[in-house]
Amino acid sequence: MKKDEDPKKNLKPRYQHWKNEGYSRSLKKSPPEKKKFTTISGKDIKELYTPLDLDGFEYQRELGFPGEYPYTRGIHPTMYRGQLWTMRQFSGFGTAEDTNERYKYLLSHGQTGLSVAFHLPTLMGIDSDNPLAQGEIGKCGVAVDSLADMEILFNGIPLDKITTSMTINPPAAVLWAMYIAVAEKQGVSPKVISGTIQNDILKEYIAQKTFIFPPRHSMKLIVDTFEYGAKEVPRWNTISISGYHIREAGSTALQELAFTLRDGIEYIEWALERGLNVDEFAPRLSFFFNAHNDFFEEVAKFRAARKIWAEVMRKRFKAKNPRSWWLRFHTQTSGVSLMAQQPYNNVIRVALQALAAVLGGTQSLHTNSLDETYALPSEEAVTIALRTQQIIAHESGVANTIDPLAGSYFVEKLTQEMEKGTKEYFRKIDEMGGMLKAIELGFPQKEIADSAYEYQKAVEEKAKLIVGVNAFQMEHEPIPVLHIDESVAKQQLTRLKQVRQTRNSSRAKAGLRDLKKAAEDSQNLLPYLLDCVKTYATLGEIIDSLKEVYGEYQEPITY
Amino acid sequence: MAGKKVRVLIAKPGLDGHDRGAKVICRALRDAGMEIIYTGLRRTPEEIVNAAIQEDVDVIGLSILSGAHNVLFPKIMNLLAEKGAEDIVVMAGGIIPDKDIPKMKKIGIAEIFLPGSSTKDIIEWIEKRIDK
Repeated sequence: MKKDEDPKKNLKPRYQHWKNEGYSRSLKKSPPEKKKFTTISGKDIKELYTPLDLDGFEYQRELGFPGEYPYTRGIHPTMYRGQLWTMRQFSGFGTAEDTNERYKYLLSHGQTGLSVAFHLPTLMGIDSDNPLAQGEIGKCGVAVDSLADMEILFNGIPLDKITTSMTINPPAAVLWAMYIAVAEKQGVSPKVISGTIQNDILKEYIAQKTFIFPPRHSMKLIVDTFEYGAKEVPRWNTISISGYHIREAGSTALQELAFTLRDGIEYIEWALERGLNVDEFAPRLSFFFNAHNDFFEEVAKFRAARKIWAEVMRKRFKAKNPRSWWLRFHTQTSGVSLMAQQPYNNVIRVALQALAAVLGGTQSLHTNSLDETYALPSEEAVTIALRTQQIIAHESGVANTIDPLAGSYFVEKLTQEMEKGTKEYFRKIDEMGGMLKAIELGFPQKEIADSAYEYQKAVEEKAKLIVGVNAFQMEHEPIPVLHIDESVAKQQLTRLKQVRQTRNSSRAKAGLRDLKKAAEDSQNLLPYLLDCVKTYATLGEIIDSLKEVYGEYQEPITY
Repeated sequence: MAGKKVRVLIAKPGLDGHDRGAKVICRALRDAGMEIIYTGLRRTPEEIVNAAIQEDVDVIGLSILSGAHNVLFPKIMNLLAEKGAEDIVVMAGGIIPDKDIPKMKKIGIAEIFLPGSSTKDIIEWIEKRIDK
């Protein structure tokens, strides 16, 4: 073997020489401003990455080709050359009429899919006339109490042509039933409608805290949707397994990835327990990640996610259908990274985060608006956010080739480390007896709270700088924000009253009785929920009937 | 009273479950030597005021991100007044638009800490207000 046939052989001494003679010596002459270089997640980053960091790296094993196992480079053979990601802005506020108008505005400006934000009472399964809903009606999203609201929300929007994502968790099955019922009224078959319900309860116990029922009953309801969807609504994504909220609650990038994928494993185990065939439901599982500030760490996270999931599905669950191996995901830029100070700077943050999502191969993307530390976005702000995606897609050139960052020593090393760290978390959680057990032990919650506190300390010690907040501060004028006044509540309460007065209430009551009986008998609840929503039984009435059977979850109070 | 620990109730009114900020504040105030009572999520104004009185706190910290502050904060302040507990200092944080801040100050919220506030500032503010 000739000496120069193994390039790494010469590389090691040369690297050492550079590090001692070049790098370290120069540093001594001009000491750096920062002593430690870490990602936003606190992970140490080296001064330089070379082939030495990728010892044993085999192209086929680590990356493969787009659309081929292990999918590190993307799940589709053509990626953005075939079809750009879906630009899907999460939106909803006020009454169903207000939001319907915003949807039509967004669709007319080139948005390619809908994403519904419900107000908090809907997210919690309570009606607008419940005392707990005071002050909340139409504030964080659109108010939906019954099928009547849902009909207005999608009025004039053809559900056979548009895909819709609904961010809804504990009452997901009920809102999904309403959507199916609206489609039927439009003459559109459940077999052709397409979209996503978030329906991910585990991350609620872990991070976002929108829960109603105890974990085991929640898991049952979710498996009901898998089972029903596989047979009756085959193009629907029955879950969006979400790291977004885990990250927003303060986790590191690695924790976001590891807990989300482990949640995915948990759902599959529960569905298999029910007797479902993995290849029947797994192709409809989808994921949802955060795109945060640290550019390369995020790209590595997305790439590693695909590779790990493909392996989990193929090896751990013996799935045969390649579609079961695909990790398809939606991305939203990071809400917590937006700053109230000098808010126009948020446009730049969002652009960089969105770029990371695109270079990570996302299937759809929501870009946050600059004013979201103050309120729901104004129309002007949301237009800039959408334009940001369009500029990345059509002007930057980054979508011209597939997975352009592959082969970067740094990015590949980070991707490998993400994989390694995730598998380490898998091992810990498996040892605890699974994710539900780990949640009961408070494990992921504690890990996240610790990371959040560490980060806050780093910011306050200025180990991490945030432009306009702990560095480069200045005064700024207030920006115009969207205001939802209390007249929305009046309108909503009037409609709810009308619904209760005009519906056939004995039919509604009978439906609720049947639902409760089905819950007691552990039947799949979807057919009963469909019947209930069609009688204009309200969301609150439906959830209350289920609470009588399942009870309510009480979270242990810790910090 | 000198040397006695400041007692703070951190409360989450409203339906939102975003407790990252509340929990970070709890830890930071605890690490600064204060006694912390955390209510947990989705507490009604009545529950918050009752807990504050029962626990004999010096400060209530309200954390809300849902947009319901315009309805819930006045209720809390009225209840405190009704129960003769106006001496409890109330501070707030979360997603609160600039234009609502004067209204909140007018009803007696002593200070609003917006996103990006440092825990150090909050601690110093409390120490100044509550002289023990």
